[in-house]
Amino acid sequence: MGATLTASDLRKGLKLEIDGEPYIIVDFEFSKPGKGQALYRCRLKNMITGVQFDRTYRSGDKFLAADLEEQEMEYLYKDGTQYHFMNTATYEQVELSEDAVGDAKNFLTENLKVDMLLFKGSPIGISLPNFVELKVTQSDPGVKGDTASGATKPATLETGYQIQVPLFIEEGDILKLDTRTGTYVERVKAAGS
Amino acid sequence: MMERMVLAAKRPYLEMRSRILHGLRLFFVSRGFLEVQTPVRTPAPAPERHIDPVESEGWFLNTSPELYMKRLLAAGYLRIFQMGPVFRKGERGSRHHPEFTLLEWYRAGDDYTALKDDCRELLRFLCRELGRYPEFTFRGTPLRVDGPWPDVTVRHAFLRYAGWDPVEEDDPDRFDLDLVEKVEPRLGFPTPLFLSDYPRREAALARIKPSDPTVAERFELYWAGIELANGFSELTDRREQEERFLETLRQRREAGLATPPLPRRFLESLDHLDQAAGIALGVDRLVMILSDAPDLDQVVAFPPEHEP
Repeated sequence: MGATLTASDLRKGLKLEIDGEPYIIVDFEFSKPGKGQALYRCRLKNMITGVQFDRTYRSGDKFLAADLEEQEMEYLYKDGTQYHFMNTATYEQVELSEDAVGDAKNFLTENLKVDMLLFKGSPIGISLPNFVELKVTQSDPGVKGDTASGATKPATLETGYQIQVPLFIEEGDILKLDTRTGTYVERVKAAGS
Repeated sequence: MMERMVLAAKRPYLEMRSRILHGLRLFFVSRGFLEVQTPVRTPAPAPERHIDPVESEGWFLNTSPELYMKRLLAAGYLRIFQMGPVFRKGERGSRHHPEFTLLEWYRAGDDYTALKDDCRELLRFLCRELGRYPEFTFRGTPLRVDGPWPDVTVRHAFLRYAGWDPVEEDDPDRFDLDLVEKVEPRLGFPTPLFLSDYPRREAALARIKPSDPTVAERFELYWAGIELANGFSELTDRREQEERFLETLRQRREAGLATPPLPRRFLESLDHLDQAAGIALGVDRLVMILSDAPDLDQVVAFPPEHEP
């Protein structure tokens, strides 16, 4: 059971339990007209389905904090549409659907440590480290003579994710990627070196 | 290091703030208003249903200096103004700080129409002083102070933007919600706008309009959808004022809120006050508009959650 909260606790980023599901406040505005009552205008996002809605609360309204915890887990393997992880503290295995993994699937490699978000003890999503390293599995050679700065070409990574990279990147290179933006940062190791 | 960068970036806003504070004083002093200072701590703030005072050693930090201002009026100070910090518990948003700077001015012998004239002259004067006359841009929207300013009754604004008449229908919850969501965002483009004659249950410390007892002689000044000032013809009937205070305190008690003592000396002073009008203007919000700041935090050096 999450703690009971009041309207004055509401703020952007706060996580609430509404009708048995976890919600995060993605937009928040405190309003108070003239001599009137305080109004707490929230845009809420369901942390499982991603569905958003607007609701205005008043002083006196009571809330339940969402019972959420984070646990470090290691990614093991994918089986059909299920992603399997292992709790690094208890060695217990849990699985997460492809929908719940979302775009994070582009950066998951075996043994990667992630933070698993648990709602009432059940896994609902993961957050990745800000930076991960992935190997280039396919990329056509850069066109010779094209030295214009900022020129890029597509490259496919070991997870199947495709990104734009500088022309000097070759198959087998290890790249550093920013998981928040999904973009190339730098080459960590050149192929064959 | 971080704090020094943040403060350095605020310099244009803080310089504008300084010029506005100076301009406000210049305006009132040159029109014969006396600047006064009254206590920041008070044993008995004005009872308000929706404004919570911060306690201070058994007393309270002022939510507004209005009761002291009216005690001065009753003692024969005919035109006075004050600018200083006030405190309201729990008010925090992009347009609210729990500690903010309030400008209040009062006129003995006048009603709220004189305050509206003051507002027009004041904002035009400030805009001229600041190079914002007759128009400037706020968050990409052109605003101007010249030409006539609309003066709309609460009833008409609600009929137009919310589709119902709050003077006929007594629904305070819906009133607050629709005011914030449907009415306020439409008010004060490009010139400021007066929203006048509130339903009598929203009268606060305003007198009931003699020609229409369903409303109070209270107005709010809006600009760019932002509430800037709240003014009214003062209720000077001691008995009626005391009844309103007692009713407000009763509502607060029912809602489980703190109930400060009745401001007795203020009530007594009303016996010596015939007619008067007074207004409170949020200085930080005015600075925010005139300096085209993205939010209130930019126009104060240290926002409410600053570190020790």
